[in-house]
Amino acid sequence: MFEKLMNIDRRIIFIFVALVVIIPMLFPFSLPLNVSEPTQKLYDYIDALPAGSTIMISFDYGPSSFPETEPMAAAVMKHCFDKGIKVIGVAVAYIDAVPLADRVMQQVAAEKEAVYGEDYVLLGYRPGEEYVILGMGAEIASVYDSDFSATSITEIPMMQNITNYDQISLLLNLAAGSSVEGWITYGHTKFNLKIAAGVTGVIVSQMYPYLQTGQLVGLLSGFRGAGEYEKLIKAPGDGTKGINTASLVHLLIIGLVVIGNIAFFVQRQREE
Amino acid sequence: MKQKVPLVLCFLFGIVMILTEFSPHAASQATYKEIANWGRVISPFVFVLAVVTLIQTHWNRIQRRTEHWQYSFVVFAGMLAMVAAGVPSGPQHPAFAWLFNNVQVPMDATMFSLLAFFIASAAYRAFRARTFEATLLLVTAVIVMLGNVPVGDLLWPDAASNARQWILDNPNLSARRGIILGVSLGAISQSIRIILGIERSYLGGGD
Repeated sequence: MFEKLMNIDRRIIFIFVALVVIIPMLFPFSLPLNVSEPTQKLYDYIDALPAGSTIMISFDYGPSSFPETEPMAAAVMKHCFDKGIKVIGVAVAYIDAVPLADRVMQQVAAEKEAVYGEDYVLLGYRPGEEYVILGMGAEIASVYDSDFSATSITEIPMMQNITNYDQISLLLNLAAGSSVEGWITYGHTKFNLKIAAGVTGVIVSQMYPYLQTGQLVGLLSGFRGAGEYEKLIKAPGDGTKGINTASLVHLLIIGLVVIGNIAFFVQRQREE
Repeated sequence: MKQKVPLVLCFLFGIVMILTEFSPHAASQATYKEIANWGRVISPFVFVLAVVTLIQTHWNRIQRRTEHWQYSFVVFAGMLAMVAAGVPSGPQHPAFAWLFNNVQVPMDATMFSLLAFFIASAAYRAFRARTFEATLLLVTAVIVMLGNVPVGDLLWPDAASNARQWILDNPNLSARRGIILGVSLGAISQSIRIILGIERSYLGGGD
């Protein structure tokens, strides 16, 4: 029996994974979620900003990782619009992040009745990650002379009083790759830009050294970070749904590891 | 000549960028800014190179009839469709947006999602407590996984997320900082080798 268990067909495991993903989506449930310190720090930082401040969100993820990062963008933007904080959207790492950013910005703006050009703007993508970060530190208009839909930056009301990072209260980097390091190296170190990050679960462990040194003012980690932020703004959304689904998948994997090890030890004892 | 010019340029720009990085003088900062602007001008050509390489690779596959060469036509069809929909009217055109939202996004997300299936299968087969180190890794992974999801706090109130946070804040942070320092020192030494022309593999054709 244990030998059979050790050599179980992987398609059976695939069916279990599919079931634990599909069932919570069909029958949503709610689990209590504790807010971690890095998420709380980001929330507190944004919450303390006065109305009329501007934050910049760098959308540095592609379609493969948007389910984890998009709920973070939505939650943070909802918080900003509620507080009267303006949002500038850019992309420095992935060109295909721009349509995703456009989509989530429009959705949140419609919900919060935010006006394009006055409350938020999407500048789009420019190639040359480090050079774009450096260039905006000197003058944003030198890098982005127009927004995503080719409107001149001089015609956008909320950009009239924004020259460079001196007018940006926070840069939130929503990342699925190494762009956070680029923002810290070139944005924070050279221009003292305050930086926070929202990253996918697989790279969150890499961010902790920057959090401890204060180079990151806050951190959202994967679905959990999005769910925690949604809890703080009292607006459960896709992050909360995602973390509840992830709960079951994690339990399944832990269960599989335990069963696999029991079978392994019993088999080894028998062989001895 | 084909090797000497890039080597001289690399040396010159490497030294200038190092000097300007450490000098706050106005002339130095103006030079830094100017070179950074040149960098922004050069960056878009990476896309040209990428498109040319993609076309060359798949054209060669079709010509040589290598395994699954038929799929290279799908690459060309997809590329042409996206260019035809996006270039004339911009990325906000409904046709481009439709293709992006209904073809590219689901396909990319599906490819990444498959990872969950393979990780579950691999964890079942390979995650065995065979040695002390493997057991340590296994126990740590289970704690972090449990602490990462709300069900962990349901089963083990507060302790699961606190234990996960402690692991991330202490052993993980220390190890990660060591890796960052090692990688940075390696990057510095490799950069010096490239600037001085000792390391030339970036020119192609080995040393």
